Amino acid sequence: MPLEKKWRNTSLFQFLKHNSNMKNIIRVALIGNPNTGKTSLFNTLTGLNQQVGNYPGITVERKVGMCKLNNTTEAKIIDLPGTYSLQASSPDEKVVVSLLTNKEDKDFPDVVVVVCEPENIKRNLLLFTQIKELKLPTILVINMADTLDKKGISLDIPYLEKNLFTKVVLTSSRNNTGVKEVKEAILDFKTLSLETGFTISQIDNTYFNELPQQKEDISLYENWLTFAEKTIEENNLAQLNQVKKWQHKETFKRYQYIENVLKSAKKVNPSSATDWRSKLDRIFLHPVLGYVIFFILLAILFQTLYEWSSLPMDLIDTGFANLSDWVKNTLPEGKLNDLITDGLIPGIGGVVIFIPQIAFLFLFISLLEESGYMSRVVFLMDKSFRKFGLNGKSIVPLISGTACAIPAVMATRNIENWKDRLITLLVTPFATCSARIPVYTLLIALVIPDKKWLGVFNYQGLVLLGLYALGFLAAILSAKVLQKVIKSTHKSYFIIEMPSYKVPYYKNVGITVIEKTKAFVFGAGKIIISISIILWFLANYGPNTKIEDAQKTTIETYGDLNETDLQDKLEATKLENSYIGILGKTIEPLIAPLGYDWKIGIGIIGSFAAREVFVGTMATIYSIGSHQEEVSTIKTMMQKETNSITKKPIYNLATGVSLLLFYAFAMQCMSTIAIVKKETNSWKWPLIQFLFMTGLAYITAFFAHSVLQ
Amino acid sequence: MELPLHLAKKNQKGVITTIDLDYIPNKIIEMGCLEGNNIEVLQLAPFGDPIYIKINETHLAIRKEMAQHITISILEA
Repeated sequence: MPLEKKWRNTSLFQFLKHNSNMKNIIRVALIGNPNTGKTSLFNTLTGLNQQVGNYPGITVERKVGMCKLNNTTEAKIIDLPGTYSLQASSPDEKVVVSLLTNKEDKDFPDVVVVVCEPENIKRNLLLFTQIKELKLPTILVINMADTLDKKGISLDIPYLEKNLFTKVVLTSSRNNTGVKEVKEAILDFKTLSLETGFTISQIDNTYFNELPQQKEDISLYENWLTFAEKTIEENNLAQLNQVKKWQHKETFKRYQYIENVLKSAKKVNPSSATDWRSKLDRIFLHPVLGYVIFFILLAILFQTLYEWSSLPMDLIDTGFANLSDWVKNTLPEGKLNDLITDGLIPGIGGVVIFIPQIAFLFLFISLLEESGYMSRVVFLMDKSFRKFGLNGKSIVPLISGTACAIPAVMATRNIENWKDRLITLLVTPFATCSARIPVYTLLIALVIPDKKWLGVFNYQGLVLLGLYALGFLAAILSAKVLQKVIKSTHKSYFIIEMPSYKVPYYKNVGITVIEKTKAFVFGAGKIIISISIILWFLANYGPNTKIEDAQKTTIETYGDLNETDLQDKLEATKLENSYIGILGKTIEPLIAPLGYDWKIGIGIIGSFAAREVFVGTMATIYSIGSHQEEVSTIKTMMQKETNSITKKPIYNLATGVSLLLFYAFAMQCMSTIAIVKKETNSWKWPLIQFLFMTGLAYITAFFAHSVLQ
Repeated sequence: MELPLHLAKKNQKGVITTIDLDYIPNKIIEMGCLEGNNIEVLQLAPFGDPIYIKINETHLAIRKEMAQHITISILEA
């Protein structure tokens, strides 16, 4: 037997062959208009075998997944952002064009799959014919084929294949049909015709052929696309009108060609269609009922976020506390033990605890988006939001912000207009996020009487509600200010597609929830954990032997206390003399006008990891570290606290309200600052946001304290 | 009867006659907002803006400020 053949029979060869490095890889680009079910098809093809990232330098999501075609071949599928045309006008669309025209790109596709849906096939084909002109092997997938009958549409597939020079596959990602055929078509990509039924030279041979050549060895159509993009980007006024006219003409002629093909290939029988859209629109867009339904849905959202997630959150809280105790007792005592049990584990716990809320939030939002309802809300809210420099689409980030500002800031990505997006992103952190709740609960219990107003409304509940309203008010009023201040050269326009209503597809909803939660855990998580560790360090170390010296004095003074109470006193002494304690005392003059002392200062500094850290820090300062689960204990201790000079209680109404206002407005969350930096690609905006919010917090807190004092 | 789109009433149907390329972005043209295409006003949002239209099979919402640059010829119902 020849050596080569012998080697092929060895198990090592079989193993290598089986393990991808011997596999053939076909690179596939998945392209289509928004709302064609492109992502459903991507999810069906790749399952959870996908990676979501960002294109370098821009905030456009990059999704890549692997799909096994047969034993020797795999497809590497790139799910490109939804686009209407190759005449790019947004960063999303530019990503599509630059990939399809750059043969050097490692993802440059061997084959393009264009996804369409039956109802809007005409518009979908516009993009298809453009891609064909780039001379790329192209497959046409008609998705949602299960809706053909319902909508009374019939298509002549062989005719389409012949006249569009392509392979057509009917699929339904929901019913899992046609997936095998898509895979087969990808495998056979070399047999696809590169001929085109329409070329721009048919519009005007001279104009397009005489355009300056943009690159060597470039197709006529690519040359035109590059030229048009450059003209628009450079705002070359001499050429601009000319280019716009030709773009318009191109679209016009392309549609004529497509209409011609569809005239014979598509038949619609309107009588067999049920018009769900107009029936549902009449309800959801009703001038009164429309808003009522939306506010009921919002109420359900809050119910879900706060009620349903409290159980898993409590479990996580207890779980991490137990883990911390277990590690503390298992590992040998020492600094490392302290770092792990007091810094690292609570830090991770502080991230994990948000998972239930974030997951519920995205579940809810993706249900609204998948069903097509979200576009209706945008439609209803646009006019009122526009008055404040926002945009109908700002509603999603503002709702998300009530759970956590981080995913909310990421959700601003679907606002196309740059200025509207920037304003939305800057004001979103005013929305009352869930990390403020424990702080509010403690402070309200401390200074607001537990009495009823008019015998019905509890004052404490009213104040909490008022704080929510205040957050929302601060958001829209700041938006109004920013609208006047921020200059924009971008021309603003607003177009939203109103998709048909659909029953949400569980697979898409599930994958969205998993992906977004993962993005939060790994994005914000890193920052929260690092800050927790830094704070741990600052709280446990002081200059020279300051801590040890002070603790010695404490033991001498309180030697007769029992073991636990003495331990708590020692912890408090340690905190007071640590770096963070010194920091708190350093900023005391700055915060004294607001009615705060250095202890509250420490709480505020600690809040940079996450606002709810305030409660835990207060517990440690007031020497009740070992009872910190009991809010009433903290409350009692804080009520007893008096000012060392005036001997009056620190936590009176003035200080309480001042603190509530400070927490409502101040930008305290480092993770939010980091995400704003990432989304705006500069330090300028997070800095402005920090100064603006914290400045507002300081001023309002100062006035509230002075007036109430 | 010809009129700018922002003055059209709910449920009016027509044909697009002119679009002002200086104000109308290429994106909406590519979505089918082209001379000769059928257009129908489906809904007006509360306070009359934005407007929800159907052009051929495409359903979209645009603001009045854009709609005023599209002229339509109303078809008698």
